[in-house]
Amino acid sequence: MRHLSLSFIIGGVLTFIFTFIAILSFFWTPYDVEAINISGKFAVPGLDHIMGTDHFGRDIFSMVMVGTRNAIAVSLVAVGIGMILGVPLGLWAAGSRMNGGSLIDEILMRGNDLVFAFPSLLMAIMITAVFGPGAINAIIAIGIFNIPVFARMSRGGALSLWTRDYIMAARVAGKGMMRISYEHILPNILNILIVQATIQFSIAIIAEASLSYVGLGTQPPNPSLGRMLNEAQTMIFFAPWLAWFPGGVIVAMVLGLNLMGDGLRDMLDPKLKKRKAGDVTA
Amino acid sequence: MKKIGFLLLFYLTSRAAAFAVILNVGLQLEPPNLDPTSGAAAAIDEVVYGNIFEGLVRIDKDGDVQPGLALFWEVSTDGRSYIFHLAEGVKFHDGSDFDAEDVKFSFNRARAKNSTNAKKYIFAPIVLIDILDPLTIMITLDHARPDFLFNIGLGDAVIVAPESAAGNAFNPVGTGPFRFKKWVRGDRVELIKNDDYWGLEPRLGGATFKFIPDPLSAYTAMMAGDIDTFPNYPAPENLFLFDRDPRFDVVVGLTAGETILATNNKRSPFDNILVRKAMAHAINRKEIINGAMFGNAAPIGTHFAPNHPDYVDLTGLYPFDLGKARALMKDAGYANGFEATLKLPPPTYARRTGELIAVELGRIGIKLKIENMEWAQWIDQVLRNRNFDLTVVSHVEPMDINIYANPNYYFGYDNADFQKIISDIDQSTDAAETSRLYKEAERKIAEDAVNGYLFQLGKFGVWKKEVKGMWANYPIRSNDLRDVYVEGAD
Repeated sequence: MRHLSLSFIIGGVLTFIFTFIAILSFFWTPYDVEAINISGKFAVPGLDHIMGTDHFGRDIFSMVMVGTRNAIAVSLVAVGIGMILGVPLGLWAAGSRMNGGSLIDEILMRGNDLVFAFPSLLMAIMITAVFGPGAINAIIAIGIFNIPVFARMSRGGALSLWTRDYIMAARVAGKGMMRISYEHILPNILNILIVQATIQFSIAIIAEASLSYVGLGTQPPNPSLGRMLNEAQTMIFFAPWLAWFPGGVIVAMVLGLNLMGDGLRDMLDPKLKKRKAGDVTA
Repeated sequence: MKKIGFLLLFYLTSRAAAFAVILNVGLQLEPPNLDPTSGAAAAIDEVVYGNIFEGLVRIDKDGDVQPGLALFWEVSTDGRSYIFHLAEGVKFHDGSDFDAEDVKFSFNRARAKNSTNAKKYIFAPIVLIDILDPLTIMITLDHARPDFLFNIGLGDAVIVAPESAAGNAFNPVGTGPFRFKKWVRGDRVELIKNDDYWGLEPRLGGATFKFIPDPLSAYTAMMAGDIDTFPNYPAPENLFLFDRDPRFDVVVGLTAGETILATNNKRSPFDNILVRKAMAHAINRKEIINGAMFGNAAPIGTHFAPNHPDYVDLTGLYPFDLGKARALMKDAGYANGFEATLKLPPPTYARRTGELIAVELGRIGIKLKIENMEWAQWIDQVLRNRNFDLTVVSHVEPMDINIYANPNYYFGYDNADFQKIISDIDQSTDAAETSRLYKEAERKIAEDAVNGYLFQLGKFGVWKKEVKGMWANYPIRSNDLRDVYVEGAD
């Protein structure tokens, strides 16, 4: 294993911190996130409320904790949906093409292009407009957007692998398309999928924040970083901390995930992998 | 030589135009069209009422009836007949003459079967319209209606001309002190002074209504000086910033908008009066007004404007008392509470109030699930199909307590006693009796806790110090600019 890259360390630490905060919020927050206290509104960040309070006197630190948890939960499930549905589709398409079924490949990938043609946020707005706003529908919307990303990625990776000698050997040995895809192709494209999942995860966090910002994501009183930003808009002139903290957390989380993805890519470089694999077979 | 003369003329006219001030007015909502006789949107009246279009009578800044196109009128002793004496020499903006025929046309058009007028009930009592001479018209009602004069002062009853009525939605032609110049969709409507105006000459050279839906943009536009006056500024939380800025005047007034927690009286468990009373005791108006409106609203205890002389203060009827509220919940059989949904339309006041209501009712075990929706969805689900438990909305129509007499209205209050009171008001010819009946009606719906009565929506006027004559209150939704001027500009 190569030494850890700097960007992976920074990204990993940031991601760990926010994951820890998210998990902690299940058990403990300094204040109840739904408790309002009008007389204590707009408290400046200080000892009682380290991030201050909002226009209803709610503790911003507690809201950011739970908001981080909601963002991570939505993104995790959405990227999971994308992977679970997208990867098999991509493998199926590639396997079909290499086994004389290019029609299936065409149908699958053109369907993919159709979904891909819609910008993610537009699609999310369409879905939430039809089925109503809420975290579940935001998850579905972001998840659907992730399917073609993973389908393309795994199809591309699989196509380049299908021509390899060891796959040929497996075919000669009588293994079926499904089995080859699962036993030989999937493990070899897993690293590019992991890198992509990290990047998609950060995109999903932004998508969740955007949807909540326009009121289609997580619904009140459940805190959401995007909605906190929206509510802070008109108060930014006299209570800027309302925007600093949720905005800063989104930036830091996305930055952390992107750095981690970059670092992972450096470490799991497929070209490097290829050279190693060649050494073994030689 | 001819050319020089032309240039000189051009120079002189452009100088004259430079002296006449064009007022930049900020509005949050853009009207869907500009015809007040066919649309219900308050945004239409906010641009055209009193400026482009005028009625027989005019509602002034205090909500009082003033002479309009009718300079004076006589009422028969039985209160059924009105004889209106119309102003002479009035011309529509397209040059056509105004006379009694136009009044008859406008009213007949509004009450016709296929009319799209949003308030056809105004014209329902009219039995006869007689033109006595070109400047005198007699209108006979089925019986005396004390509110008839006020009603024909509303934007829905403005006088239009047969020649131009069909095109008023996009090219409004009225008799008012300003004429329509152009409408840039999504941006602004421009009005220019009507030089042939029959009444007192307006002091402004024109007005540009700019539509700024986003409160943040409204703030920056005001601070940058792009807007001279924002008659109803959208973000109450920013008012104090204008207040401490010496360039601006802040005038917090009242609208005719009763903000209520509308309750589906036909749906269980809200059909149970004990539950509704428990909710009334759990509502903390002070907390809501401070939290959602930053203190800029007046508490109400019934569906009536608190600045109206007939208003009865019933805010003490169900004081904030969680102990009583919980006891009532227990009596109603909901000691452990229940779950319900709260559907909220888009305005900020509704969203903020809704979040607070959810917390307040949560204290007595009513667990509310908030559903935020757009106006189209809200109108479809709540108003039309009555598919809701609770919602927060402001009823902006003036004197609209009679909506409680309609059992098919969305909150579904069906009470024979109340319906009797309203029909008595309709029949009443005596002012004192009418006043007594209104008070009785106010008390009745408050006692039945039909809806949660929260606050009267404030009107947040913000304008430059030099701008004078803007309305402080919104007795009706109107930004009548006839008396507005800019100090030091003329």
